[in-house]
Amino acid sequence: MCTTCGCGIGQTLIAGHALKQPRKPGEAMRYRVHEEGAALAHPHTHQHGVLDGVLDFGAGAAGTHAPGISQSRMIKIERDILAKNNDYAAENRDTFSTHGIFALNLVSSPGSGKTTLLVKTIAALHGTLPIAVIEGDQQTDNDAARIRAAGAPALQINTGKGCHLDAYMVGQAMQQLHLQDNSLLLIENVGNLVCPASFDLGEAHKVVILSVTEGEDKPLKYPDMFRAADLMLLNKCDLLPYLEFDADLAVDYAHRINPKLKVIRISASSGEGMTEWLGWVAMGCRNATHRRTESPA
Amino acid sequence: MHEMSLAESVLQIIEDTARKQGVTRVKTVWLEIGQLACVEQESLRFCFDVVMRDSIAHQARLEITETAGQGRCAKCSIEMPIAALYEACPNCGSYEIHVIGGDEMRVKELEVE
Ligand SMILES: Nc1nc2c(ncn2[C@@H]2O[C@H](COP(=O)(O)OP(=O)(O)OP(=O)(O)O)[C@@H](O)[C@H]2O)c(=O)[nH]1
Ligand SMILES: [Mg+2]
Ligand SMILES: [Zn+2]
Ligand SMILES: [Zn+2]
Ligand SMILES: [Zn+2]
Repeated sequence: MCTTCGCGIGQTLIAGHALKQPRKPGEAMRYRVHEEGAALAHPHTHQHGVLDGVLDFGAGAAGTHAPGISQSRMIKIERDILAKNNDYAAENRDTFSTHGIFALNLVSSPGSGKTTLLVKTIAALHGTLPIAVIEGDQQTDNDAARIRAAGAPALQINTGKGCHLDAYMVGQAMQQLHLQDNSLLLIENVGNLVCPASFDLGEAHKVVILSVTEGEDKPLKYPDMFRAADLMLLNKCDLLPYLEFDADLAVDYAHRINPKLKVIRISASSGEGMTEWLGWVAMGCRNATHRRTESPA
Repeated sequence: MHEMSLAESVLQIIEDTARKQGVTRVKTVWLEIGQLACVEQESLRFCFDVVMRDSIAHQARLEITETAGQGRCAKCSIEMPIAALYEACPNCGSYEIHVIGGDEMRVKELEVE
């Protein structure tokens, strides 16, 4: 499967229910059923050239495909592989802007403190504006349950073997969440510093969370994510006295990858730096509301 | 990254095209993958085979063209080949290098019947 994160094809569930999949091939598109169960268990050996030339499996029953009489033609496509995702992301972004919703996509390695940060953020902003959360994890409803306990509506997306949220999943989840106008939408992506970097969800910003219990060189090891983000939260700073982690070096590495990256040092546990983070969020919400009232749809 | 979902996206593009153009079978698929797109080619080939199974592109041949990474320094504006995102500008040492090529992932062309 995928070498970096070991993902595969898995069934995506939103709040425990299967996702409507627009992407499954319709019956008419099915080619034909073949060698039941053979190929999935082990890698192919890439001998298609041989198969094509000699046996030509696709040629249909009566061997109408004699060598030299090829009906082949070429079709130019030139389409970005992620174009479909980008289309869905554009739809989400449209919805956000017409409703004045400020949407953030929180990305990090597993366990760097995303859910803890969200819980603290919800508690701090309670009563000031409507907040909703979309939780992405491969399995379990645990994180959504933690968010609900903190007082915000939350929808859990389980990606199964999938390693990231995509814009279609988020669009489906948004419909079920009944987002309010001028609200804050926090999306916790699957804990993974690689794949979520490539999938635009329609968010205003990706926020990357790096915790001080990881290595300083994470930004160099996972540059795509740090390049895709607009804000980095350096979390668990309460632990700095007990660690050899060089915070300045970590920030320096992050700026090598992305010189414009804004950095806030926080501790979701102790509350250090939370005021600055909350201020940044509040400003984003104000701007989103503002843009909506200035350009009524 | 997620070569599996990339392969699924490739299949969607193939099926969209096939539906519009009355294709009965896809024999070869040409992809353009940039060196900086962080795609493992071997992994993508494996996922491609799995995903294309029993589809209109069953056992299609996969041809991948790799494009080289290309960057431009934001400080001194020189252009340079780059192999990774954290390299410094060979001219001025700045790390502010904008990627101007080599991060694409594109379906280029199909050979169909
Ligand atoms: N000391 C300290 N611990 C923290 C801090 N933030 C989170 N933690 C702890 O780190 C662990 C993981 O936190 P989570 O919030 O579940 O992390 P996550 O990023 O949501 O994890 P996944 O969803 O599994 O990827 C928990 O034990 C938290 O209590 C912090 O600022 N300081
Ligand atoms: Mg979590
Ligand atoms: Zn992945
Ligand atoms: Zn993967
Ligand atoms: Zn330079």
